[in-house]
Amino acid sequence: MHNFAIFFASIFTGNILLTTYLGMCSFLSVSKELKTSLGLGAAVVFVMATTTPLNWMVYQWLLIPFGLEYLRFIVFIIVIAAFVQLTEMALERYSEGLYQALGIFLPLITVNCAILGASLFMVIREYTLATSFFFGLGSGIGWALAIVAMAGIRQKLKSAKIPPGLEGPGITLVIAGFMAMAFMGFSGMIALT
Amino acid sequence: MLITLLVSIAVISLISVFLSLLMVIADATIGNYGVVKITINEGIRDLEVLGGQPLLRSLQQEGIFIPSACGGRGSCGLCKVKVVEGGGEYLPTELPFISEEERAQQIRLSCQVKVKNDIAIEIPEELFYVKEFSTTVEKIRNLTHDIKEVTLRLIDPGEITIKAGQYIQFVVPEYEDLDEEVYRAYSVASPPGDATHVELEIRLVPGGICTTYVHEHLKEGDTVTINGPYGDFYLRESDAPIIFIAGGSGMAPIKSILLDMEKNANPRSAQYFFGARSKRDLFLLDEMKALESSIPNFSFVPALSEPLGEDNWEGEVGLITDVVRKNVSDAQASEAYLCGSPGMIDACIKVLTDLGVSEDRIFYDKF
Ligand SMILES: Cc1cc2nc3c(=O)[nH]c(=O)nc-3n(C[C@H](O)[C@H](O)[C@H](O)COP(=O)(O)OP(=O)(O)OC[C@H]3O[C@@H](n4cnc5c(N)ncnc54)[C@H](O)[C@@H]3O)c2cc1C
Ligand code: FES
Repeated sequence: MHNFAIFFASIFTGNILLTTYLGMCSFLSVSKELKTSLGLGAAVVFVMATTTPLNWMVYQWLLIPFGLEYLRFIVFIIVIAAFVQLTEMALERYSEGLYQALGIFLPLITVNCAILGASLFMVIREYTLATSFFFGLGSGIGWALAIVAMAGIRQKLKSAKIPPGLEGPGITLVIAGFMAMAFMGFSGMIALT
Repeated sequence: MLITLLVSIAVISLISVFLSLLMVIADATIGNYGVVKITINEGIRDLEVLGGQPLLRSLQQEGIFIPSACGGRGSCGLCKVKVVEGGGEYLPTELPFISEEERAQQIRLSCQVKVKNDIAIEIPEELFYVKEFSTTVEKIRNLTHDIKEVTLRLIDPGEITIKAGQYIQFVVPEYEDLDEEVYRAYSVASPPGDATHVELEIRLVPGGICTTYVHEHLKEGDTVTINGPYGDFYLRESDAPIIFIAGGSGMAPIKSILLDMEKNANPRSAQYFFGARSKRDLFLLDEMKALESSIPNFSFVPALSEPLGEDNWEGEVGLITDVVRKNVSDAQASEAYLCGSPGMIDACIKVLTDLGVSEDRIFYDKF
């Protein structure tokens, strides 16, 4: 039960992008088109759902026993980078369809801070392995949801008249703010702990 | 204290070594496509290359140079090649450059297609003759305030076989903020008769990568790498009267063609319209005037669009399109050769078709 609560909470109430503003750079730069943001969103879902439990294992079974918790930042980053690289190579080799849809986005998100963020939250909140998975999956879906929604809005925005100073990232940040406020409407439902 | 330090170093190294090992193994297994075959033009040439690299790079390593301007980053759209078999699906990075028609013909961006299995491609035969040359800068001189003439002496190979009007690619080495070689196309201004030299006319584009390099960094005696020749902008064999139109550095290929006509005492009637803004943008006037007497039926018509008072200009005034319209009456039998900015060329094509030149007899290089 707890796992499902976490799962839904991380999609809506505690949406990693809209509540903590993590993963902003790709959110701003890739949300111009619906199709690409779908691809990027899917890649983030996959990478978060896999690297969060992976880092949980590294943290619980390697870093804690040696008392090296303080190394988690660098270790998590290395693990994420290596994992993403391997996945990309495997996709390119074995599945053209998946490589088309997901693979080409993978290099873009190796350094996405939301992904490292998910691993770090999992440590702070002392999740179990299973919860880490659901948390990673939910956060990924939440991030994807936000970027796809943003891409939808930005496609409409193309025909809108925007004050010159606000074009591009400016108006996108303003909209992200509104979206965050809208998502606050979910906050009474379930808490993310 | 010391122990903690050592343990942390050991653990970090362990993790890094483990992951690097994993990557090395992956590179040798998942990333290893073995030797694959590239079949060119139905077997005219077969190459065996190590798989896993972009097609453009694989071909380059085997001495086949596909024109490209961005160094393979997928931003210039020049490196098109027909992939008959084994190219896989189109990548999103290619689509912006590929039209519906090209898609139907399986035209791909060779810098994006990876050679993962045997692959069959078709390329224009002339690309077999494209070579890479190392050269030294023999001379640099100013033609106008923003155009420099650069004369390169070929070192290795020492001679080039080229048709008058074709172009080469200039390889810009890493300099200042540029951290990757880039290629830019320049028409050859020297005639094919001089096989040991390549002369370029390079106009400074403010902020441009290659032109800034040439104008501000390149010195006489420097080494320059070029590859070529490329292009189908050369004089077609016929008796038709010729209309040449150029602006700015578009002079280059036409000068080469004219010098070639001079050498062969080509009797075709030819008119050359050269457009510039004011007198300071005109160059090689004396050379062109001299060609009027050494080429049997040739006339040179320079025109200024915005002559200054101090220019004391007595020649044609106006946009090059208007000058052509004024001086050419019946062009139905003519061939036209245009060289310059895309805007100028599009405008001239319109005027020429109005004057009766059929579109398949209009040849151009858009700079
Ligand atoms: C077949 C061929 C023959 C050529 N022959 C010659 C020649 O004989 N002499 C000659 O001087 N040039 C010639 N050119 C043009 C030349 O290849 C380069 O494009 C030009 O010199 C600029 O190169 P660069 O690296 O300095 O500029 P780049 O770094 O490529 O940038 C050019 C500048 O223009 C801007 N820019 C880039 N693309 C565009 C665009 N589409 N529209 C508007 N602005 C843009 C950039 O921001 C930059 O400021 C030829 C081109 C072709 C295709
Ligand atoms: S080399 Fe520029 S797009 Fe391929």
